[in-house]
Amino acid sequence: MEEIHKHFINNNRRNFLKKTGLCIGGLALGSIVNPFNNSNDDPFSVIKNQLNLPHFAPKAKRIIYLFQSGGPAQQDLFDYKPKLTDMRGIDLPESVRMGQRLTGMTSGQDKFSLVGGTTKFNQYGESRAWVSDLLPYLSKVVDELCFIKSMNTEAINHDPAVTFFQTGSQQPGRPSMGSWLSYGLGSLNKNLPSFVVLLSRGTGRPKGQPLYSRLWGNGFLSSLHQGVQFRSAKDPVLFLKDPENLSRQERRKMLDYLSELNEEQINMFGDKEIESRISQYEMAYRMQTSVPETMDISDEPENILKMYGPNSNRPGTYAANCILARKLVEKDVRFVQLYHMGWDQHENLPTQIRGQANDIDQPTAALIMDLKQRGLLEDTLVVWGGEFGRTSYSQGSQAALKNNTYGRDHHPRCFTIFMAGAGVKPGFSYGETDDLGYNIVKDPVHVHDLQATILHLFGINHEKMTYKYQGRRFRLTDVHGEIKHDILT
Amino acid sequence: MKKNLPYLIIPFLLIFGLNYFKSKSYTDSYIENNDLNFEVKDVSNVPENVDFNFHVNPIISDKCFACHGPDDKQRKANLRLDTKEGLYQMTEDLLKKVVDLENLEESEMIRRIYHENESIVMPPPESNLALSEYEKEVLKKWILQGAKWKKHWSFIKPEIPEIPEIINTQWTSNEIDFFIAKNIENNNLEFSKLESKEILIRRLYFDIIGLPPTVEEIDNFLNDQSPDSYENLVNRLLDSKNYGERMASIWMDIARYGDSHGYQDDTERTMWPWRDWVIHAYNSNIPYDEFITWQLAGDLIPNATKEQIIATGFNRNHKITQEGGVIPEEYRVEYVADRAITTSKLMMGLTMECARCHSHKYDNITHDEFYGFYSFFNNIDEEGLIQYGDYAPKPRLTISKSEVNKGLDFIKLPDSLDKVTFMVMKESENLRKTYVLNRGLYNLKLNEVKSMTPSAVMPLKKANANRLDLAQWFFDEENPLTSRVVVNRIWQQFFGVGIVATPDDFGSQGNRPINPELLDWLAVTYMKSDQWDTKKLIKRIVMSSTYKQTSRTSDLNYSLDPENVYLSRYPRQKLSAEMIRDNILKSSGLLVNKLGGPSVKPLQPEGLWDEVTGGGGGSLAKYIMSTGDNLYRRSIYTFWKRTVPPPAMMIFDAASRDNCEVQRQNTSTPLQSLTLMNNPEFQKAALHLSSNVYKMNIDINEKITKLYRTITGRSPNKNELSKLKNYFNDENSINNESVAFDKLCMLIYNLDETSQKS
Repeated sequence: MEEIHKHFINNNRRNFLKKTGLCIGGLALGSIVNPFNNSNDDPFSVIKNQLNLPHFAPKAKRIIYLFQSGGPAQQDLFDYKPKLTDMRGIDLPESVRMGQRLTGMTSGQDKFSLVGGTTKFNQYGESRAWVSDLLPYLSKVVDELCFIKSMNTEAINHDPAVTFFQTGSQQPGRPSMGSWLSYGLGSLNKNLPSFVVLLSRGTGRPKGQPLYSRLWGNGFLSSLHQGVQFRSAKDPVLFLKDPENLSRQERRKMLDYLSELNEEQINMFGDKEIESRISQYEMAYRMQTSVPETMDISDEPENILKMYGPNSNRPGTYAANCILARKLVEKDVRFVQLYHMGWDQHENLPTQIRGQANDIDQPTAALIMDLKQRGLLEDTLVVWGGEFGRTSYSQGSQAALKNNTYGRDHHPRCFTIFMAGAGVKPGFSYGETDDLGYNIVKDPVHVHDLQATILHLFGINHEKMTYKYQGRRFRLTDVHGEIKHDILT
Repeated sequence: MKKNLPYLIIPFLLIFGLNYFKSKSYTDSYIENNDLNFEVKDVSNVPENVDFNFHVNPIISDKCFACHGPDDKQRKANLRLDTKEGLYQMTEDLLKKVVDLENLEESEMIRRIYHENESIVMPPPESNLALSEYEKEVLKKWILQGAKWKKHWSFIKPEIPEIPEIINTQWTSNEIDFFIAKNIENNNLEFSKLESKEILIRRLYFDIIGLPPTVEEIDNFLNDQSPDSYENLVNRLLDSKNYGERMASIWMDIARYGDSHGYQDDTERTMWPWRDWVIHAYNSNIPYDEFITWQLAGDLIPNATKEQIIATGFNRNHKITQEGGVIPEEYRVEYVADRAITTSKLMMGLTMECARCHSHKYDNITHDEFYGFYSFFNNIDEEGLIQYGDYAPKPRLTISKSEVNKGLDFIKLPDSLDKVTFMVMKESENLRKTYVLNRGLYNLKLNEVKSMTPSAVMPLKKANANRLDLAQWFFDEENPLTSRVVVNRIWQQFFGVGIVATPDDFGSQGNRPINPELLDWLAVTYMKSDQWDTKKLIKRIVMSSTYKQTSRTSDLNYSLDPENVYLSRYPRQKLSAEMIRDNILKSSGLLVNKLGGPSVKPLQPEGLWDEVTGGGGGSLAKYIMSTGDNLYRRSIYTFWKRTVPPPAMMIFDAASRDNCEVQRQNTSTPLQSLTLMNNPEFQKAALHLSSNVYKMNIDINEKITKLYRTITGRSPNKNELSKLKNYFNDENSINNESVAFDKLCMLIYNLDETSQKS
């Protein structure tokens, strides 16, 4: 039994190191042994780089993920399929569908009538990328974009599909990508969270698919790594605002007394964890200034507001969130996650998609160019895309097809996303779908491949960044994922 | 980069080692690289006598089983190291024995783990797993010491151990203390004194009823000089109705209880009558074997009572989808798997879900066995896809007001309702066939399986067993896990960490018990002499000196055992999310201490539900705040909408209720500080208390003391009092007295001690 007890002392010493010594040691060490770890880790920062990552030189330091919730129709935006237009009204051949699983919403339909893009497509830029007329502003920046036309996923319904993109698993409970990066790389700043979430509602379909706070949850990682939602409400972060009758000076004074009294308790109880909690109060205090500062876009110059479009000074819109996203990465927030709802066009697609496209077109293009003119695009990755695509056949009756009130159903087999910035090839298109836009014919990119590639851009080997939970080493990419080197610079 | 790694570890060790010996107390950040594990353990830590279960198996499980473990599909070179035969077998390629008992030094394992050639060394570099020098030494030494194999510790039936002989018997109050004292003495730690009565009473109140004592209750206890004053207090608290609420709040995490269905639009469900039953069951101290049997199989008990059927709601608490377009069977399979996974975690502390797609990689649980276990829960007449707005998808039970009045009065049916319908389990008459599912996918059926349990734990003798047989299997005296797993969870409830620190994993990747004899003594005592009497077990724990000792630590103890794994002091712990809020409500005087009933919606920031709903959600599209008493009920009654759970609870590490959880996180974050400073609900409570105390006809020092005692349970010392007074005076210089007093009250609510169980 003696030996067993020694074993525990060791165990115990190990845990202790994990909790205490490591942070200073790890900090000093970060710059000594890892030439790639040049993060501005601040001794007062609350979230630290603990894993001595990255594994190799990163291309990206920050990411803005523009998540298009509901599933944008690729045929109407980027994946130009003239043959679909030619074959309008013709039933999808079984040779193409190949017994594919359909959702319960169209599996009962007796006809699967093909339908092409709702507007014209043209080629733009030096890269000659095809873009629909719905996106006049993005058309102008195609030479900055890296399209992936062969994205595919396993999930066919919203909840599991969004969860899959964000966490690598269809069932809830795993950490979100932003939490993984916070865990792996720590924070770049000391005044703001390292993972921030912004929500907006689409005008195309204001009442559409819901979101869930677990999508930016930390799963089994520490809740320090959870995404913090910045809201357009009067309290941008929950409970951020002091009571009205408490001035900033009074808050400072209160915290000074608080820390004196807490230190008294360190002496009394010998509980060293109290110091950590004192530092959390200090971070909270700093956030009380830094968050409202960031959320306030009143000092943005007129030309910038104009660049992001007419909605840019309306809080809570996608356009306003794009400006905030830029401000957040300027302040070195590592992961900015936007969600724009309303892409789930099961009916009235030709009308609804106009609203959606209009919501995102100018602000997204502006964001990319704004990052570029500030030199931020070099080490900031921008990703735009939804949880799945939509079918090349129409949803609804034959009459609906005739009078343009048809929709499109969910389509996990292929869809388009684009990326821009840090480490991805500009003016590039990867992957191809067949003439009917139904199956991938070249270079498929699975969700886990995308996740592996994004981690790679951050200098992380996706197979090595693991967290051991319930005896198993978990990864963002589960046991899959292949880095798509072809899209990288 | 890869080649250089070992050298890079050296400065690591130097710096970490240094920090350790200086007993660095800088804990600014939360450190959680839980995979550094053995890097910081050096060769000098290799034990003199290497034990298979405690030293060797954790290493080979973690580093070898992924390819040489129980999963025959993934097994490389036809070699398995998780069995005795496997370890002593001949390798296929080289015809050398992995562990050669006749010629220990020639064992292939030694050669392979020390080999310098990347294509020969084990584990291979591409596995991203590597053995540290310490680990290699352990394996080598174990072999050279004779390579004795043992069955996995938790699968060996517990026997009651002898009470250890110790020197300091004076310190002990009951048997528990002998086991703890043995560790304290063996590790040259100092014994701690008993805690002051003032601090002890608050600790006990939170642990047993989840609420703080009032100043009057503290004073009564302090003034009670009788030798059994503490025991009387324990008895009184165990008899309190609030005891059931405290116990049930833990059970809600295990049972993944929610008031909404949990997927997509996340519409409302009715399950609160089941929650009321849980509170009632704890308060009436139903023995644990019945408590579980009813929940798992109440409907199958011959002539089952309504109460026994109500209890089966346990296994309907999983999420259910109403998302149009899903394939119902895919989700039905998900629900059945959820029940199987929840039950295995709860009863066996095993991660059976790993065997859902393939045989378990670490524990001896086969793919077939998972589905054999799954089959117990696969036979109810349920729907994979439910109707929008269905509050109680079938099978369901309706209880009328007259039934409530005639014996089921633990269901707190509001006057406005004359009946309530909720979900229960009901075995279907036609037995559904169960198939092994390839990769866990609903439509990839392999062979058919009959009900079975993991044979490595204990085979199930009965053929065609149902859920009731399963429950009886759990409570068979030969079952090695049931009693250990439950006493470990209850220990964790009082000491923050279980005797096995991984309450959800008693398998080979889980932690080994820190005090195996104590675990077994508690397990066997609870099962046999106490006949699963939970209040008896709890009383035994809180009557021990181990529980009653002070949380203050000596420098010696801190330097030898900073994490306090040997419990040479009481482990100070942060209050749970429920306790933090309930403490504020109770101490402020706002708490409405009423038992049971439909869940309530207290104050929360506006717009949280609406901004994520897509317009759907029915009754839950918008958060409609409760009124009157229901604003100030205990947190166990707070409405749980799974996709947008109560923010102030989540910020304090409450479980999400998506899945069964037996252990919560314990973090400190800036969001927690913001919540304590500015949550309007908490401010309202603070103002309520401060105005009441301020009105009292006593001098300002007494007012401050009264305020401080009400909130923290302790009288401030001279230093503290003067600082509190200074703050009050400072504030008073710019505000009037009562406003300054309000601010003082908010300050005290933010003190670290307020949210700690000391």
